[in-house]
Amino acid sequence: MQQFIRQLAQENDFQATRLLKILRAIQARYFYIPKAAIEQLALMLNISRTQIQNVIEFYSFFHLEPRGQFDILISNSITDLMVGQAELINYFAEKLGVKIGEVRADGVVSLNNTSCTGMCDQSLAGLVNGYAITHLTKSRIDEIVENVNKQLPLDQWSRDFFKVEDNIIKSGLLLNETPIKGAAIKATFARGLMETLTEVEKSGLRGRGGAGYTTAWKWKYCREENADQRYIICNADEGEPGTFKDRVILNAYADSVFEGMTVAAAIIGATQGFIYLRGEYLHLYEKLEAILVERRAANLLGKNILQNGFDFDIEICLGAGAYICGEESALIESLEGKAGIPRNRPPYPVISGYLNKPTSVNNVETFLAAANIAIHGGEWFAAFGTAKSKGTKIHSISGDCAKPGIYEYPFGVTVQTILDDCGATDVLGVQIGGPSGTFISNDEFQRKIAFEDLATGGSFIVFNNSRNILDIVHNFSHFFAHESCGFCTPCRVGTSLLKKQIDKIVEGHGSAGDIVALEELCQLIKNYSHCGLGQTAANPVLTTLERYPEIYQSMLKKISYEPGFDLDKSLETARRLANRDDAAAHLAQVEE
Amino acid sequence: MNKSIVIDGKNVPFEDGQTIMQAATAAGIYIPHLCHNPDFTPHGSCKLCTVKVNGRNCSACTFPASEGQNITNVTQELNDDREKITQMLFVEGNHFCPSCEKTGNCNLQAVAYHLGMTDNHFPHFFENREVDASHPDVMIDHNRCIFCTLCVRASQQVDGKDVFAISGRGIDKRLVVNSESGLLKDSDLEATDCAAHICPTGAILIKRTGYKVPIGQRIYDHSQIDTVTLANEGASHDE
Amino acid sequence: MTNKKVKVATVSLAGCFGCHMSFLDLDERLVDLVEHIQFDRSPLTDIEHCSSDCDIGLIEGGVCNSENVHTLREFRKNCKILVAVGACAINGGLPAMRNHISLEDCLNESYVDGIGVENAQIPSDVELPLLLDKVHPIHEVVKIDYFLPGCPPSADVFWKFLTDLLAGVEPSLPYELVHFD
Ligand SMILES: Cc1cc2nc3c(=O)[nH]c(=O)nc-3n(C[C@H](O)[C@H](O)[C@H](O)COP(=O)(O)O)c2cc1C
Ligand code: SF4
Ligand code: SF4
Ligand code: SF4
Ligand code: FES
Ligand code: FES
Repeated sequence: MQQFIRQLAQENDFQATRLLKILRAIQARYFYIPKAAIEQLALMLNISRTQIQNVIEFYSFFHLEPRGQFDILISNSITDLMVGQAELINYFAEKLGVKIGEVRADGVVSLNNTSCTGMCDQSLAGLVNGYAITHLTKSRIDEIVENVNKQLPLDQWSRDFFKVEDNIIKSGLLLNETPIKGAAIKATFARGLMETLTEVEKSGLRGRGGAGYTTAWKWKYCREENADQRYIICNADEGEPGTFKDRVILNAYADSVFEGMTVAAAIIGATQGFIYLRGEYLHLYEKLEAILVERRAANLLGKNILQNGFDFDIEICLGAGAYICGEESALIESLEGKAGIPRNRPPYPVISGYLNKPTSVNNVETFLAAANIAIHGGEWFAAFGTAKSKGTKIHSISGDCAKPGIYEYPFGVTVQTILDDCGATDVLGVQIGGPSGTFISNDEFQRKIAFEDLATGGSFIVFNNSRNILDIVHNFSHFFAHESCGFCTPCRVGTSLLKKQIDKIVEGHGSAGDIVALEELCQLIKNYSHCGLGQTAANPVLTTLERYPEIYQSMLKKISYEPGFDLDKSLETARRLANRDDAAAHLAQVEE
Repeated sequence: MNKSIVIDGKNVPFEDGQTIMQAATAAGIYIPHLCHNPDFTPHGSCKLCTVKVNGRNCSACTFPASEGQNITNVTQELNDDREKITQMLFVEGNHFCPSCEKTGNCNLQAVAYHLGMTDNHFPHFFENREVDASHPDVMIDHNRCIFCTLCVRASQQVDGKDVFAISGRGIDKRLVVNSESGLLKDSDLEATDCAAHICPTGAILIKRTGYKVPIGQRIYDHSQIDTVTLANEGASHDE
Repeated sequence: MTNKKVKVATVSLAGCFGCHMSFLDLDERLVDLVEHIQFDRSPLTDIEHCSSDCDIGLIEGGVCNSENVHTLREFRKNCKILVAVGACAINGGLPAMRNHISLEDCLNESYVDGIGVENAQIPSDVELPLLLDKVHPIHEVVKIDYFLPGCPPSADVFWKFLTDLLAGVEPSLPYELVHFD
């Protein structure tokens, strides 16, 4: 092992910024990060062992205790639950002979839940040793169990398990274009860098990652900041449950995205770019690397790109299971080899980002749009959309509809149009923008997708009338509590309290006062949290409480107070030890 | 030259580069805080110092003062919410003040007193947390750690060591010690280190000193944290 | 104030009677107090159950067993105002320090493996209340109207709180009287 780690460290130039990459390799080889490896790495990278320990404990895909040789994770997002995740994972556990969350005694396999893996249009999905598997059914599970028990190496498994479909159902302005291999770079230099920035400004392009900041301004501030180095980062962390459009863009239009990054780099004056690819998209890694190699060969990357005296290259960095790393400053921390904890702002990344240099972080789709704008000009793009939301938006549609997949629409499209196109009937409501977005009811389908009305990063989850609002809220509340980075009090403690409070209500232990307590807690988390995660973590409750107060009310007992914990269950140990089961050995949850 | 901000209707001068907290402290205005200590780079995690800047919530300890800021600090709404944030810290850990050596000298407790907190409001987590009494002179009671990172910063910035760190994600966060065994006795911490004395709660304690000052005669038994803080932090940073 | 005396009931659940002792520290002020109040169920009287028209219930101690739950419910049902008195009632206090040891280990240590244990067995008698897994503050079981912190709250705290209530003003404690220790 010592030899292996020395070599790893060497391959990574002994750079602490590469810590995630190094740990990924150790985890893949030993199924955990041994203590000795931490000690050795600390010395070789010249960082403290606690920094390494923190990174291991922070990211879901690193472990201090061995996982199985086959580490199987099953996505437990709401769309997975809708296709019977609970039953299927139990079936899996039973067939494998392992408890959920644990490693089988022979060390061959481990099984656990994981947050949305971005395969919501091909649920039930999961990961085996980091590689995506889709369309899990009982019969496919049986086959996997067989492979595992035979200890068949992953590369000998049927390719079918790992098939990930693009499911592009409706293309528009951007998806109709073919992948760009040099045309945008040429157009940019032909037109001039500042002139191209002006075109991007004219296009009205706003960030597609959710916040909707005007892209041209971000680039301008970054360019204007005095510095010897600047960085361009593509945010491909795509962790918002229900979003998978970046996965498809990277699979089918990677060249355009890289081209967009290159154009942006030329404009802001960066020579180094990164694409932060979420760990769940490991299956895309080799393909993307190959495209980068091709682009270097074609002089679209590297030194003196297309003879314009401009150097730029892109490195792919993989995440390791942490939704918070989609937040741009947490992402930067992660790229620096640390836990993904959002920074204090100001200063913003455009002033002080990666290694404290000016950095522009943009979404995958933003770069796709920018590359096309560089070719076709700003007006081409701005001709579509609404006053404040120009161009088109790519949506990831999943849930209760006939045709889940990728849909591109100009901004301003109504929810109803989308529902008609994707074949959704008997609809209860739609979760727009993922758990951190808004739940809208079937009274509101004339509302428009646009920054002026319903802003979204692209997640669109349809629920039909057979679904229960509280199940949805329950799932989302657990998601946020699991993904809170823990830095600030309101979110760290608040999301856990919220999870407990929702559990209490869903389990039928809520009483009149609990709704007031719930709302008060939500406001606290929303108003006092440090970053966007905490500030939106209460949205599932707040947006549904506003629309369906009666559903919450119906779950409450007609009493004014309910104990905060399960009284009778709390006597279980004592009953067992005292060997009693008489009436006095039990407690009713509320007084008869 | 004379730039100023307004805090609760009062004009407060500031210099470029100062945070709202620094400007307020220098002007004799107390903004509740736990993770902030003027001797170290601000952290911004406890959120007790939240003030409204032109209507928007900001952490005073990290947010730069700038011209045109109209700030509210002491309002019923802010103090009620600060109280709830404090209550969150109490239920997250295990704070049994009657059996804590720090009682009466504890900033967490003092902030609670200041905000008029009489109960913990939220359901308790009652998590199992450990005590590390391995070191001959210093002990850690993890039950009382609020993850303010003051010990982390003190060790790095004053002691020139790197004894403490916060590890883990979300509610599983914990304080860890930089030694191969993970125990304090195997770290290079000494009882004279700043990091051993900086903890605002009773999570890091110097052994055999806990009851030198009897309960009833401790800092916050008779003085409120606002006066105490302004006397300490205001003085050292006024020129 | 009407002539009718205010009925006060008190009880110690998982507590040490420290709060009751502290109450008695009111000393001569007790004489003034009983002009206005009358004790109902309380260790200070021999009344076993609350009358249905109690005004104030003072609860010392947290909830550690099934009997505590029943007692607390009786108080909630019969007292207009229920007050958590002392650290143990408010957050479990010292008894809650057993919460980080599993109940099984606690009972085994006390009745089976502990030093000097004879006739080792965990008691099993329908007359005995069963222990809860954890010791809980009382507000996690019934609704509480006021909290008097302290371990124990000083006699002055009781005095200030009760005289405020008797005077019909919203009780409040000055800084010097708020203590968690
Ligand atoms: C919790 C959280 C998660 C986020 N996840 C993503 C993400 O997966 N992808 C993304 O592009 N932006 C994400 N963002 C937004 C980024 O912080 C940032 O605004 C965005 O990457 C900027 O790119 P844009 O201007 O092109 O939208 C997230 C923000 C928060 C608060
Ligand atoms: S809001 Fe949540 S995710 Fe964001 S910094 Fe605070 S704890 Fe971390
Ligand atoms: S650390 Fe402070 S709040 Fe916590 S138990 Fe000790 S004195 Fe009480
Ligand atoms: S031990 Fe004390 S100083 Fe260190 S993080 Fe915890 S509360 Fe802060
Ligand atoms: S003091 Fe500002 S966040 Fe803690
Ligand atoms: S019972 Fe009164 S202080 Fe504990």
